[in-house]
Amino acid sequence: MLDVLIIGAGVTGSFIARKLSQYQLSVLLLDKENDVGNVTSNANSAIIHSGYDPLPGTLKAKLNVRGNQMFDDIARELDVHFKRVGSLTVAINDEQMNMLADLVKRSKENGVPASLLTKEEVLRMEPHISKEVKGALLAPTAGVIDPFNLVVHCVENAVDNGVKLHLNEEVIDIKNNSDYFLVKTNKEEYQSKVVINAAGLYSDKIASMIEEIDWKLIPRKGEYFVLDHYDVGLVNHTIFPLPSIKGKGVLVSMTSSNNYIVGPSSEPNDDVDDVSTDSYTLSEIRRQATELVPDIPFNQVIRVFSGNRPTSTRHDFIIESAKSSKFFINVAGIESPGLVSSPAIAEYVFENFISKLFNLVKKENYNPCVKKYHVLNDMDVHSRNEIIAKNPEFGKIVCSCEKISLGEIKELLSRSVPPKTVKGVKRRCRAGFGKCQGGFCSPLVTLILAKHYGLSPLDIKWDKDQSNILVEEVKKL
Amino acid sequence: MIKRDLVIIGGGSAGMAAAIEAKKNGIDDILILEKDSVLGGILNQCIHNGFGLTEFKEELTGPEYLSRFANQVDELGIEYKLDSLVLDVSENRLVTYSNAHDGVVTIEAKAIIFATGCYERGPGAIQLAGDRCSGIITAGTAQKYLNIHGFLVGKRIVILGSGDIGLIMARRMTLEGAKVLCVSEIMPYSNGLNRNIAQCLNDYNIPLYLSHSVLRVEGKKGRVEKVVLAAVDDKMKFIPGTEMEFECDTLLLSVGLVPYVSLLDKLHADMSSTRGAKVNDQLMTSIPGIFSCGNCLHVHDVVDFVTDEGRDAGRGAANYIKGLSNKQKHLEVKPGNGVSYVIPQFIETDLNNDITFKFRVRKPIQNVFVNFSSGEELVHKVYKQVLIPSEMVMIKISKEKLTNVKDEIVVSIKERE
Repeated sequence: MLDVLIIGAGVTGSFIARKLSQYQLSVLLLDKENDVGNVTSNANSAIIHSGYDPLPGTLKAKLNVRGNQMFDDIARELDVHFKRVGSLTVAINDEQMNMLADLVKRSKENGVPASLLTKEEVLRMEPHISKEVKGALLAPTAGVIDPFNLVVHCVENAVDNGVKLHLNEEVIDIKNNSDYFLVKTNKEEYQSKVVINAAGLYSDKIASMIEEIDWKLIPRKGEYFVLDHYDVGLVNHTIFPLPSIKGKGVLVSMTSSNNYIVGPSSEPNDDVDDVSTDSYTLSEIRRQATELVPDIPFNQVIRVFSGNRPTSTRHDFIIESAKSSKFFINVAGIESPGLVSSPAIAEYVFENFISKLFNLVKKENYNPCVKKYHVLNDMDVHSRNEIIAKNPEFGKIVCSCEKISLGEIKELLSRSVPPKTVKGVKRRCRAGFGKCQGGFCSPLVTLILAKHYGLSPLDIKWDKDQSNILVEEVKKL
Repeated sequence: MIKRDLVIIGGGSAGMAAAIEAKKNGIDDILILEKDSVLGGILNQCIHNGFGLTEFKEELTGPEYLSRFANQVDELGIEYKLDSLVLDVSENRLVTYSNAHDGVVTIEAKAIIFATGCYERGPGAIQLAGDRCSGIITAGTAQKYLNIHGFLVGKRIVILGSGDIGLIMARRMTLEGAKVLCVSEIMPYSNGLNRNIAQCLNDYNIPLYLSHSVLRVEGKKGRVEKVVLAAVDDKMKFIPGTEMEFECDTLLLSVGLVPYVSLLDKLHADMSSTRGAKVNDQLMTSIPGIFSCGNCLHVHDVVDFVTDEGRDAGRGAANYIKGLSNKQKHLEVKPGNGVSYVIPQFIETDLNNDITFKFRVRKPIQNVFVNFSSGEELVHKVYKQVLIPSEMVMIKISKEKLTNVKDEIVVSIKERE
């Protein structure tokens, strides 16, 4: 019998798992994907929002602000790239200047540091912004993060502290047996005292397995451009337009890896599995982004992608127990600002629900930190040479665009949440993230994975289970 | 600090030729840094023939062609390090590389030659619409899987782009039992060499759809299931009602190559529209002592010309190291009507007896003059029956003709009346 079963190893489920791993509880984290954080947590703006935007009094406002405060510790403990670059919300006409004044008021109510900048101040800080700019709201606590390793390292930390992780398991049925829940997946059956539904885009489906619900998901798709980190200085902050009912609008930002990201769009999308891109939407993003930053070098685009927001009909985070059972907790509708809020959501779930359901004992040997990764690009020459002397594979570079070594890729494979796919390697160490997008290194990564797992290269996937890369071994040359 | 006279980044056809020529011009202290585990670069995976027609007057395979140069490198005793990737180059010519044996090492070089080749544009660069599934792969990567590792990337293939690697792979994969359904090219003309259209498509009855591109890729389960092509108008907009659907497992991309010179970008060297560096008649970039040649300068269609350009850079670097290449003048070379780029971008020395101008035209054109003019004055004029963008044009002009030219020279296309 499990104490807690968490459905969904996205950023929300992962932070809940890590929070619970502090206590003597048997916790299982399930995900239908073959890697953690592989859906919405994998495809978003990667912004740690300051919290000036959500309506005061909402869960979004409260948890965004709290989450933002937690990120310095989280980035250190989980060894994730994070920079508080600050955000600028830019007005380009008089009507928008009036709206900015409202936003300043809202940020005060939410308790978020923010100040108004004049046109001259904005252009001094961001010379590439449109000369039409009238002024901007500066929110210095906003940041950019590596969203991939945030989830991977968070789950790794949870697993290292005793949480069990089962991937490739999709929940197909849940029964409330009064003392416990019987959770049936495509592979196993589990009994658990508590179930936490953190199933993201599928959370309405999961919640409906035990009762009728009075909310539903109305997902919205967001498409993006990613530019190479060819040069720094296009923008130094996250640049937002004024928010609208559709969301925070098309932003232009540097990323934690000094790439640039432009997007997202926001269009209703009934098919949550559809993460395609289309040229009409991309050209519309381009039009909107260049209103703010006219000279974005779109010839440096290395990738376009899209993700779906699990927007709910309540337009706020839904964090509550089921009507029929206080042991079933829905954590749903976690759209933006979900990434920044996730550690605060975990805290909220713990304090308001879990702590009231169990007599909790803290683990003595709980360690909030992951073992530090060797990221050669962050090291000085001396430390690099020390590690190469110990293990020469750190000297052999596999990905020439991002300069990622064989040693770093193999190190990933030795961790508690290792990558199984080529995309899994890419998300963790950036091999294949550069201008050639894996053109040169993906064959090598495929072979490294095959060798490590004792598989034929034919069995190595790019991402999902049916995404094989190779189809046939030809006659030996 | 280790000091070397000449460090060459990249041991492919350009880098090897540069090293051999520099050695023949009296430079003994040369080091080639090659990221791969063998010399030869991309030629290692080009197992088809057609290489060496200019250089050796015979048709060689890629590995045969490269081995002739690799042998010379060995015979001349030129030092090279394999599995060694350059991490950084500084303006004052410090080269930092990494390998498993030496670790991270910085060398101070008197001159540096970039011979780093090019990379393929992928689905992101062309903002390919549709699902993000596997089975969308660049032609060169598919070629590496097949010819180096022995794996086929798909069985039913649609190819987007009529670049040479895509055409070569259409034939190669057909011979391995895959079905190549078609090649789609967004331009109204092919971007590959005519001989490749004939030998790789026509000989195997593979249709080429000009003015067609991919409207979307479908493959929600994880792998490509369908590619939808449609015709485009002269503004490259899709024409409704022209859709063609192909059930397939692979979309092979052959949509252009880009010089691979992020380290030169980082140094803020002056860059050209080719996305390679701007160079002078010695193939020196705007940063003194740093040279560039081969596909990292501009993408070539024939390897023999890469070799030749490598030699030019080797000679240029040797001249620089020997202190011969002080700038004597400043003549800017510019592309004019109908020309997309010209190399070199500057003429600054009198060291060459003649200058070979290399350029490409913007679109296929017949019965034209190539004019070299400076202001009102026509310096040189050559008649050409046919010029196409996929074939680099080379025109040699003697030093004497250029002696009195001032400031700039414009290369342009003029239709013959």
